[in-house]
Amino acid sequence: MPQNKTYPQFGLDTFGDVPKDESGTLVSHAEAIRTVIDEAVLADTLGIDSIGVGEHHREDYAISSPETVLAGIATKTNQITLASAVTVLSSDDPVRVYERFATLDALSNGRAQVILGRGSFTESFPLFGYDLKDYETLFEEKVALFSELVKEKPITWQGDKTQSLDGADVYPKTESGSLDVAIGVGGSPESVIRTAKYGFKLVLAIIGGAPARFAPYVDLYKQAVKELGTTEYPVGMHSPGLIADSDEEAIKLAWPAFKKMWDRVGRTRGWPPYTREQFDYEVAHGSLYVGSAETVAKKIAAAMKAVGAERFDMVYGGGEVSIAARRKTIELYGSKVIPMVKELLKSNET
Amino acid sequence: MKPKLGILGAGKLGIVLAQRAVAAGYPVTIASSKPAQSIKLTVSVLAPGATAADSGDVIQQSDVIILALPLSKFRNLDPSLFKNKLVIDAMNYWWEVDGPRDTLIPAHMSSSEAVQAYFKKARVVKALSHMGYHELHDMARPFLKTDRKAIAIAGDNQHNTSEVATIVDDFGFDPLFIGKLAQGKVLEPGQPGFGTALSKNALQHRLENKTQS
Repeated sequence: MPQNKTYPQFGLDTFGDVPKDESGTLVSHAEAIRTVIDEAVLADTLGIDSIGVGEHHREDYAISSPETVLAGIATKTNQITLASAVTVLSSDDPVRVYERFATLDALSNGRAQVILGRGSFTESFPLFGYDLKDYETLFEEKVALFSELVKEKPITWQGDKTQSLDGADVYPKTESGSLDVAIGVGGSPESVIRTAKYGFKLVLAIIGGAPARFAPYVDLYKQAVKELGTTEYPVGMHSPGLIADSDEEAIKLAWPAFKKMWDRVGRTRGWPPYTREQFDYEVAHGSLYVGSAETVAKKIAAAMKAVGAERFDMVYGGGEVSIAARRKTIELYGSKVIPMVKELLKSNET
Repeated sequence: MKPKLGILGAGKLGIVLAQRAVAAGYPVTIASSKPAQSIKLTVSVLAPGATAADSGDVIQQSDVIILALPLSKFRNLDPSLFKNKLVIDAMNYWWEVDGPRDTLIPAHMSSSEAVQAYFKKARVVKALSHMGYHELHDMARPFLKTDRKAIAIAGDNQHNTSEVATIVDDFGFDPLFIGKLAQGKVLEPGQPGFGTALSKNALQHRLENKTQS
């Protein structure tokens, strides 16, 4: 992998949720995308390590084409890593994914990172003409093809759900010789082992419950790497949050946004309405990083330690929150939370 | 002596149930649709104490079998192997991966009734299906009887549901009998019991009132 990074690392992730403007009105999709660009510039200025943008094909999220947004960010920033979170490889063309991220890598002087995943939504399947029945096999075969493509050598490939290639070569080549690749995993043990098998980095999407539940997954990744003889990388985790000047303020902003977001998703999945009890549990013991800078910093440090993660990506601005509240989260995360977490992790070591 | 538990399915649900079963002191074997070797490492790290095995062996060796595989796959199992076995159906119909419901389950049936109809000679009980993975992990209170969440149980035979109730209790949850397999429908996605992690009283109240609030 190209980038020699120092750990721990701290990033931000967004799905391009449509935010509210000053008057409380939802902005357009176009405005939501431009908002993310401005936020990424702010994150870059604050020295935050990475910005990850998700791929969705739904009304509530503005970003369906993450690498186009990242390309926009690339030309306006200097140091920040540009990641997808995640690229839904199952319904994409692995050759195209390589080409787009290699292009992004060129635009950004080597700052591209592709995080592959199966995604938690399935809208992309019918949209691009894929059968959901192939959910498992599509991902499996496409990751295998992608792992060959990132070697950046001519490839011969016998495809079943993918194209067959005969000594084909793909361009542009990256300057470092290889793209930075990770797989986002939501808790499927098979996905953890697959990540180890291909020698990609592991990012755990932990969106509910006590983070410590995922500690054994990190052990599984490490043992699988050992057994398979691939390279072990520091493990990342990704969880939602909102930071404000006080705990009360953060909860006041986050509760209605999360409630609305979870209920919207839940309706399509047959979940019951999201309760305040669930929200409070997640804030106190689970995977919502909501509160003042100090509260959130302590929670992140404890979670990273419990899980064994060396990278933390906060999904900011989930649901219908205001642009001002999103910027506040980023400012506090970059200027206060990250330095505090670094201190806490250091003091824990001694 | 605790009965031998076999879990079919080594994904998110199968693994968390294996963890619960080991913690409760049950002898546990677990299988996926692939040979035992492919889940050996996963089981040894994520559910130490449980044993990975081939699905045929798991079925044969177990007194109680928990179905934790995608609903659209249960008909890949050979029903003749399940004769007289107590089967806990923890599966849910999931439109995103299972396809249209009526291609899988006759419209008038609860999914567990369809499972019973397929495994004719087995004793099917619906349980452990309505609570999320992380709640099955975080909310289990195996050694305390206070501050517990409830797991609903539906089955046609009281002897069978009592056996399952003991397992649910050992796993750290309060068992709540809700009626026959047909009533198990209230635990399916989109129904009042689905996705709930509530106290016994609260779950009972919710199911009686069939409210969605």
